[in-house]
Amino acid sequence: MKRTLAVALRVAQQLSHDHRSMALIVVMPALLLSVFYWVYESRPDIFNHIGPALIGLFPFTIFFLITSVTMVRERTSGTLERLMTTPIRRGELIAGYTLALSIASFVQAVITTAVGVWLLGLDLAQPWGVLFLAVVSSIVGTALGLLASAFARTEFQAVQFMPLAIIPQFLLCGLLVPRDQMVAPLYWLSEMLPLSHLIDAFDIVTTESDVSSELLVKVGVQVIFALGFLTLASLTLPRKTA
Amino acid sequence: MLNGLSLMIDSGAITGIIGPSGSGKSTLIRSIAGVQVTAGGSVNVLGTPAGSKSNRSRVAYLTQGGSIYPDLTAAQNVRHFATLSRRPTADVDEALARVDLSGQAHQLVSTMSGGQRARVGLASVLVTGADVLLLDEPTVGLDPVLRADLWSLFARLAHEGKTLIVSSHVMDEAAQCDRVVLLRDGAILADGTPEQLRAQAGTSDLDEAFVRLAQGSVS
Repeated sequence: MKRTLAVALRVAQQLSHDHRSMALIVVMPALLLSVFYWVYESRPDIFNHIGPALIGLFPFTIFFLITSVTMVRERTSGTLERLMTTPIRRGELIAGYTLALSIASFVQAVITTAVGVWLLGLDLAQPWGVLFLAVVSSIVGTALGLLASAFARTEFQAVQFMPLAIIPQFLLCGLLVPRDQMVAPLYWLSEMLPLSHLIDAFDIVTTESDVSSELLVKVGVQVIFALGFLTLASLTLPRKTA
Repeated sequence: MLNGLSLMIDSGAITGIIGPSGSGKSTLIRSIAGVQVTAGGSVNVLGTPAGSKSNRSRVAYLTQGGSIYPDLTAAQNVRHFATLSRRPTADVDEALARVDLSGQAHQLVSTMSGGQRARVGLASVLVTGADVLLLDEPTVGLDPVLRADLWSLFARLAHEGKTLIVSSHVMDEAAQCDRVVLLRDGAILADGTPEQLRAQAGTSDLDEAFVRLAQGSVS
């Protein structure tokens, strides 16, 4: 536990020294949500429908990017190899990363949700549910980023995974076209992607004031995806390399 | 690639792994650290297989290039490795003082000179309290004064009972070691004290000694 906290503290300190990353985490989502609001100023129904889902989409994307780049840097700079010679366990390293980035995503979600609700008039049935799902979203994005970093040798290659890992999920998640209106193959493909269920969950907390069983199932799916990605990611951290 | 290499390293001394680029120095150090995939053979450190769980708190490894975080301060880097090694964070100040970086403890590593970075890396190894220090080219790119300072520190550490295995491609540094293992093409070219190598090659100059030994001009 102490080593997990040490990694979390170290990642948080690294982020705090990187002003661009801090701006990307803290300012950018609220700014983009505001731009989206102005784009659809004459169509508040569209903003109210898609806006809450964006609060989840931002951390998914941003933390995927930050995690994959940071972990590739860790691999290429030799620090990961050195960590593997210390008493730290792989699970502790990954848990530390996830903890630090989850806290950062909570801060992001609070700011973005506050701006959305109080400044832009987003109507949310469960504001706390939106906050919770935004953090869940960042954890899945972080887990996916950790996994993707195993297949990238440079930071540029890590960024190249964005179109592969994020854009197909965005196209199929139901934000552009409701998933039940998609042709069957695309619908079933979307069922296998975490972002689809995340957007479904955001729809529920936007419109329903109760914690329904459907919502719990959707959250459960996220937990399964996150654990699956994190387990696979830990397997990509061998103590020995050629 | 290391071929037919057999080596027993004594504790409480500085063993230099010396050789040109590509001779297998880093591979050997990585094997001792337990992070190198090996096709055959075995490496034991302190009586257990290299990289074993019990070794991880007794062996500290500094990779080529320092393996510290440039976006942290010197103190944050050293504290991180202290915590991972279950050492009290009170040791951080002492480790930084040993490498003469107390005044720069709160400076970001990315704003430091190459010499200062090297010393932060060394402090992050010292703070672990490990018995065996594996240092892969710790003085590369440093000016002669800094190199001399670091070798003085290595000598003090060995005097305190630490075992140092230091790789270098600079023959001058071989003279600072208690024992020198000359590597070439993954094989041991010569192994002994600097004096023994000079005597074996019939020259007082270690650079020349390496050349003669490599050319097989001595028996």
